[in-house]
Amino acid sequence: MKAAPVDYVRPRSLTEAIDLLARTPGEARVIAGGQSLVAMMNLRLASPGLLIDIARLPELVAVSEDTDALILGACVTHAAIEDGKVADASRGLMPRVAASLAYRAIRTRGTIGGSLALSDPAAEWPAVLTALGAEVVICGPAGRRSLKCLEFTTGIFETRLASDEIIEGVRIPKLSANARWGYLKFCRKSGEFANSLAVAVADLGRGHSRVVLGAANGPPLVLDDTSRLVLEGGRGELRGAVASDVDRAADRCFDEYQHALHTVAATRAVQQVLQ
Amino acid sequence: MTAIRLRINGAAVAEEVPPRSSLADFLRERRNLTGTHLGCEHGVCGACTVFIDGEPARSCLMLAVACDERDVETIEGFAGDAVIDTLRRNFHRHHALQCGFCTPGMLITARDLILRGQAGSERQIRDGLSGNICRCTGYTNIVTAIAEAAKETSDAR
Repeated sequence: MKAAPVDYVRPRSLTEAIDLLARTPGEARVIAGGQSLVAMMNLRLASPGLLIDIARLPELVAVSEDTDALILGACVTHAAIEDGKVADASRGLMPRVAASLAYRAIRTRGTIGGSLALSDPAAEWPAVLTALGAEVVICGPAGRRSLKCLEFTTGIFETRLASDEIIEGVRIPKLSANARWGYLKFCRKSGEFANSLAVAVADLGRGHSRVVLGAANGPPLVLDDTSRLVLEGGRGELRGAVASDVDRAADRCFDEYQHALHTVAATRAVQQVLQ
Repeated sequence: MTAIRLRINGAAVAEEVPPRSSLADFLRERRNLTGTHLGCEHGVCGACTVFIDGEPARSCLMLAVACDERDVETIEGFAGDAVIDTLRRNFHRHHALQCGFCTPGMLITARDLILRGQAGSERQIRDGLSGNICRCTGYTNIVTAIAEAAKETSDAR
């Protein structure tokens, strides 16, 4: 199928993009890599009246850092992360994740900010950035604000991004030298969306440990007991902790198969950390 | 209609396009470059893969307007390209196409895999090809052809 007629504009700055968005409420959609939006337009699941193309805005492809965090512009592509063309704060986790995300021809155009803005429940970045304790930097008519990734995604394709706001970037805490991570993605074919996605990050130097499930029938699911077990150095029964965390998420309505898959994924991701 | 200027297979092109037009439709219907095939039109099948600014991309998921000031290479643009020549020869030798619909996308993806050093093993090639569907299911011969082409290319270096 073909996309419905649409207007298109490519602003020269983020300020101009935000002005445009404010002037066309309900009509405009922001487009970055377009790897989900154009597919949705082609299938006529989306038919915006105006596309505001932010993919090449210099502010949004910029990368900067301060003493304890790396800030990736929203329009940094998955391929740039995979190839190490941008700095990495995650000691290899983010390049590894990027390489497992969709196909190369998608990764060259798809962006980290676009992935967060859409918040597909099976997408990699919302879960991984939640596990890393990252923050989303958001720009709107009222100025700039930050939200923890943990709070940003609220449901299936639902976020706290207001309709007049644009994601500017992601602030990713730098992992300490002895931090460890585990990552496991279950899917039937390389590059597909995950059936289960587990990320474990243990940065004991910073007192941070978080185990998160993606593709979990909702926003990224933080496994509290398991995270605590990792922080305490893995004492206690791992599989039991994971199973009780997954059990407790009754609102996710996992069937037997999903329950088993998520439990195995999270257990294996944590085992990679504890090895 | 929106005016765009871009390079297609090395030549400067200036055109007016409707913003909803995908790069694939623009290439096929306005530029008559019908080597770029359209299968699924939502980024899954890989038949429409082209190079944009030297990187593989889905031309069905790229709006033509967003290609303003970009450099596009389609399967028609690789005459004399050593890697594509080697791939074509091996696709022929190993019977790596049946109906041929997926072949342009396969060749472009394979060229990228070889140039990035990601065609060193069958596993690597199969992973790298996971975004290109051959509905004749002729994957075994496609993988063999790419593996041979990658070997020839690295031997020649």
